[in-house]
Order: sequence, then C-alpha cells, then structure tokens
Amino acid sequence: MPRCLRRFLGRHSMLALGLGLVLLMSLAAMAAPLLAPYDPNMPHDAVFAPPSSEFWLGTDRLGRDIFSRLLYGGRVSLWVGFVAVGISTLIGVVLGLVSGYFRGWVDELIMRVVDVMLCFPSFFLILSVIAFLEPSLTNIMIVIGLTSWMGVARLVRAETLSLREREFVDAARLAGCSTSYILWRHILSNALAPVLISATLGVAGAILVESSLSFLGLGVQPPDASWGNMLLEGKSALEIAPWLSVYPGMAILLTVLGYNLLGESLRDMADPRLRR
Amino acid sequence: MSRASLFLSAVRGGSWEARLRRIGRKVLWTALVLLGITVISFGVIHLAPGSPTDMETTLNPLAGEAARRQLESLYGLDKPLYVQYWDWLTRIVQLDFGRSMSADSRPVLDKILERLPLTVGMNLVSLMLTLLIAIPIGVLSACRRNSLLDKTVTILVFLGFAMPSFWLALLLMLFFGIELQWLPLSGLTSLDFAQRDFWGKAADLASHLALPILVYTVGSLAGMSRYMRACMLEVLRQDYILTARAKGLSSAVVIWRHALRNALLPVITLLGLSVPGLIGGSVILESIFALPGLGQLFYAAVMARDYTMIMGNLVIGAVLTLAGNILADVCYGLADPRIRAAGEER
Repeated sequence: MPRCLRRFLGRHSMLALGLGLVLLMSLAAMAAPLLAPYDPNMPHDAVFAPPSSEFWLGTDRLGRDIFSRLLYGGRVSLWVGFVAVGISTLIGVVLGLVSGYFRGWVDELIMRVVDVMLCFPSFFLILSVIAFLEPSLTNIMIVIGLTSWMGVARLVRAETLSLREREFVDAARLAGCSTSYILWRHILSNALAPVLISATLGVAGAILVESSLSFLGLGVQPPDASWGNMLLEGKSALEIAPWLSVYPGMAILLTVLGYNLLGESLRDMADPRLRR
Repeated sequence: MSRASLFLSAVRGGSWEARLRRIGRKVLWTALVLLGITVISFGVIHLAPGSPTDMETTLNPLAGEAARRQLESLYGLDKPLYVQYWDWLTRIVQLDFGRSMSADSRPVLDKILERLPLTVGMNLVSLMLTLLIAIPIGVLSACRRNSLLDKTVTILVFLGFAMPSFWLALLLMLFFGIELQWLPLSGLTSLDFAQRDFWGKAADLASHLALPILVYTVGSLAGMSRYMRACMLEVLRQDYILTARAKGLSSAVVIWRHALRNALLPVITLLGLSVPGLIGGSVILESIFALPGLGQLFYAAVMARDYTMIMGNLVIGAVLTLAGNILADVCYGLADPRIRAAGEER
C-alpha cells in the first residue's frame, strides 16, 4: 500500500470504514443479479434450511434463499433511501434558500411551518398516509421525503443568511445577475458541503424508516424482498429459524452504520473548530 | 436549537407587563402549532382514499349503497370537508374526542386514557435510565477525549445509532426469551396474573417489561451520550472553565459543578424534542412485544381507518410533544443559574 494512502487511512479510519461499507453495500445491491446464487422468489424444497454450503444464509418458510433475497432487498432499501433523501433535500434547499435570501414574512412563514412539522409525531403521520394509500414503493419514498425536509431547510437558511451578506453576492447583484442565478451559482454552490453531509446522514434515516414500515407490513409488499419485511417473516419463525431474524438486521445495521460514519466524519472534517 | 428558549426568553428580564405579554405570545403560538397540526392531519387523513365505512359496506356483500350512505351520514362524512373539520374542532376544544368508528364505538378519550399510562410510564422509566447512564458516559468521554474509553464509547454509539430497534428487540427475544428462557417473549402479564399476590404481580409485570424498556433505553442512549459529549466538549472550551481551573479548583469540581451544569442545558432541550420520536417508536415496539399501549391502539386505528381514533391519537401525540417542549423550557429555566439569578433580583 502506498504511504500516502496508509497515512490517510490511519488518520481517517472512520471515513474509510464508512466509505468502505457504503461502497460494499451499493456494489452488492447493484450487482445483485450477478451475485445472487438463486432467483430471490424461487421456492426450493428445503424449507427453513439452516445456513449451509448450498444455501449460505439458509432458507425461509417457502424455501427461498436468504442470501439472494438479502441482495435484492438491498436494492429496494438503498433506492428508497436515495429517492426519499432526494425529495427532502430538494424541498429543504428550495425553502431554505427562499427563506434565508428574501427574509421578511416569507422567512417567518416557512420557519413556522418547520416548527409545526418538527412538533409532529411524524411516524404517526407516515403510518396513516401509507396505510390509507396503497403501500407502494413510490408512496413510501414520497411520504418519507415530505416528512424529513425540515433539518435541511434550517441548515440552508442559516448558510444563506450569512452568505447573502458577503461581498461577492453584492458584486453579483451590482453586476446585474438575476436573483435565481445568484441563489444557484453563488449561494447554493457555497452551501453545498453541509447539504451533502446532511443528505448522507438522511439516507441512513430513510433506510431505517423504510425498514420499520416494512416490518409493520406497510412497506414493500411480499413477494418482493426488503430487509424490513424479511425481518417480519423472521419474527413469526423466531423459535424454529432464528437465522431469518439475524441476517437482514445485520444488513440494515451495516448499511446505516456506513452512511452515518461517512456523514459524521465528513462533518468533522468540514468543521474548522474540530480540525487540529 | 432555535426552539431552545420558547418559554425561557419570555420569562427572562423586562417589566412584568412585558413579560406577561411575551408569555401570552408563546401560549398563543403553542395553540397555533397545535391548530396547524390538526389541520394538516385532518386534511391528509380525510383526503386519502378509503373510508371507515369500507369494512361494513364495500367489503360486505350484504350491504348496499343505501346502507353506506346511512353510515356516512351517521358519522357526518357526507358533509364538505371544512364543515367536518369545524364540527370536529368545536367538539375537541370541549375535550369531546368523539366515539371510535370501530365496532365497539366507545369514546375515543376513554380508549386513549386507558392505554396512556403504559406507554408514558415505559418511556419515562427508560428516559430516567438513559439519563443515568448517558450523562456520566458523555462527561467521561469528553474529559478523556481520544482515550480508549472515548473510542470504545464512540464505536458503541455508532452501532447504537445504526441498530434498528425492532431488530434489537428480536435479538433480545431470541437470547433472553428462547435461548435462556429467562424472560417471557411478549404480552404484559402471564395467564395466572389475577391469582398472584401484590409482589407476584409486580414481578410478573417487571419481567414482561424488562425487554421493552431495555430496547427503548438502548435506542435513546446512543444519541443522548453522543450529544452530552459534544455539549461537554463545547463547554470545556469556554473561558470560565479556564478561570475556574486557574483559581485552583480541583478538576472534579470544575467538571461536575461548573462544566456539567452548563453542558446539561442543551440536553434538556433535546429531551423535549425527542418526544415525537418516542411516540413513533412505541408503535413498532408495542407491536413486537404485544403490549397494550398507545402505539398499538394507533396502529389498529390506522388499519381500520377509524378517523376519530386516529385524530384523537394525533392530538394526544401533539399535546404530549408540546408538553415535552414546555417542560423542557421550564427545566431549562430551573437549571440555568443565569436565569435563576435574573429571577431572584426582583
């Protein structure tokens, strides 16, 4: 290993571990059709088979291969995480920019809405909406996105408030740039780092919410695999086939851990007060 | 933490008249937040497809269109949405939550109140445990930054953050319930509960609640100790800590008296803000452990599209959240020596 790489890994072990986990999980999900030994929905004769050389992580009550289902379930979890965070980041960035740049009553209104949304037992709301609509992937992503934009909005607003007073923004205004150009080119591009960090942490949160919903039976519907609904099936066979409950949870743990480590270590690197 | 001083700033400083006006404004604001929550919830729930009458009509081949209309007018569902909301609101301000739209049609408030003690009680116990464990851990790892202890705690905290609570619950059930057979898997009481004496009943309840409370505690422990550590690091960087050390105070006094008291302030705010998460978490944990609490009630209501029940639960959830915020503000005032001093001057 080259010396500079070794030094980087030594100094940023958290970042490296996080990045490694994220890459590993993403690659495994993307390459699921290549890596999976069996069709994830194909039943085999061996029902509730314990982990063996034939079925690496065992089989479930229909004789489906757990390892293959884990790989395909990962695609669902990561996809939900990315799209939900995309939605919440988009809403948060737009509202935060508008709020911080124009200030006045618009700012007041948006921030009060943020306050109200933060007081919401949001999981209650998510549950009701998902149960009322069809529990489909699209609905889950939209609902998670619509209930988790408040942090980003506050973050972007705070950045915008300080950036709009800077000389280069004045200069751009004097040069006759349009407001949308200033917001996009000068303010957002300078506030991008914290937004990306919070989005990284947001993916972890969204994956946890999706798996909770699926665990309650309101998320991804069978026969499609998701880590949450695999755990739901595992729960009913806890005494006879404990391996059903162990591996999907481990997959959630490692993925969420990866995104959290990545986000937190990036945040530490971006915070000048913590730099030594 | 811009909400940190919702009520605190209202009480601090100025003439009595000005203070009263500010407190009045905060109370008004709290009421407005509550109103906003009910408007959003009502809209979302009633605009979504499906209706509480589905169970008895559309899904029942014997019931016709007339029966459905009759049922809808019984519940007032045939009126325009704003009329329905206004009716609901005028009843709710008189603390009339209406009757459940499920088969038993009992008053919503009764059903909620009989479930509330279990959920709130479990959360309070685990909150106490969390604080008892998280504060010393946070302080120690902040004071011995980058030590072995700090690094171990950091690793555990990251694992705790990433651990889905329902998975932890399953693993604990597997280990303590099935492997060791020490604790019952689910439910609140054993079958012979009624025949036991007082201590037998207490022991039975405790053994049923041990795992849920453990899961609740582990769930909030990670966040709380991490936050405590961050606050403590921030405070230890302040000049008054340097002053205290320069005066020759022992480091125990500096840390546990001067620093901790200041570092606890943001933690109090976090407690107030964590209420919605706790309420949401109870839905999952109560369904795993089959505990008859608020979360399970809400889940059943959502599945049956029991509008009055869902709205009742959301209102109670919002009230608990706001109560948590207000309580946090009051505690904040009690804990902050600067605010106390401002009060004693008068």
